[in-house]
Amino acid sequence: MIGVGKAKQYANVLDKPLSRGRQEVSLSAFAFLFSELVQYNQTQVDNIAELERRLEDAGYAVGARVLELLCHREKGNRRETRLLGILSFIHSTVWKVLFGKVVYLITFCIWKDNLYQKRYVADSLEKGTEHEDEYMISEKELLVNHMGAFNCGAFVAGIVRGVLDSAGFPAVVTAHFVPIEGQQRPRTTILIKFAEEVLRREARLG
Amino acid sequence: MTSTACFVIVSRNDIPIYEAEVGSAPKKEEIAYQHQFVLHAALDIVQDLAWTTSAMFLKGVDRFNDLVVSVYVTAGHTRLMLLHDSRNEDGIKSFFQEVHELYIKILLNPLYLPGSRITSSHFDTKVRALARKYL
Repeated sequence: MIGVGKAKQYANVLDKPLSRGRQEVSLSAFAFLFSELVQYNQTQVDNIAELERRLEDAGYAVGARVLELLCHREKGNRRETRLLGILSFIHSTVWKVLFGKVVYLITFCIWKDNLYQKRYVADSLEKGTEHEDEYMISEKELLVNHMGAFNCGAFVAGIVRGVLDSAGFPAVVTAHFVPIEGQQRPRTTILIKFAEEVLRREARLG
Repeated sequence: MTSTACFVIVSRNDIPIYEAEVGSAPKKEEIAYQHQFVLHAALDIVQDLAWTTSAMFLKGVDRFNDLVVSVYVTAGHTRLMLLHDSRNEDGIKSFFQEVHELYIKILLNPLYLPGSRITSSHFDTKVRALARKYL
């Protein structure tokens, strides 16, 4: 029968409920969209550094929205006020929602097909040993680096920076390739360096 | 029974992105300016208080004559501030939660720049309807 099971049409987006919906997105669709994003930016810039900066800005917009949405959905309206709290929020909740179960909350729209399934989990959250204000998220196979020859980790670094900045923890976030013995594919590491004021506030809060 | 209520949404950078007088009292220009002034003055207190707790609803943070300022801080440090004279805390909390959901829906729009003014008339209508319902 036509129309059976069709979702109710809402006149305005503000009337639509904020429910989770189906949580899988087609990997091919995301790959297509992301490759178009990269190619579009490539036509606008002269060098790789500028391209990475643009990808980071695109990720920043995603990060700001992901923070609000996930805190509302997953954490029952509790905010993170401590450094380790926000880092573990990123490392577990954000990664699980964005990459763990193949859910890509991308800024433009949410695709609702399910053609591909793969699981991975961000490997570990480590403290950079040289400086007090540096932390690293290290991942064996960053999804966005499966496509293309150069480092699209800048997009993910932008997402992390968006989450941190919106939550009140300004930081410089960069993505690096780290070659590992015995594996032909280098690990991607997201390096997070917090601003002075964050450390001062953390010290003050005890 | 007339009630005074002034509702403001202030972004992370301390810029108001939405303002509305939602009380049922008759609107007067001078009083409206005074309300906005009181709300802005309360921002300092909110800033300190926000880092001491992980809850989103901070109850009465400041007083002015017989008006109370209640604040709800979102994860992205956007503050929903209400200046009111009623004591109905549950109603105010529900009001904040509903407006928070509306705000998230606005924020999810990729063409909306976070921190810019909310110009949607539909949003305005809904906020006023919620205010009539809960306050």
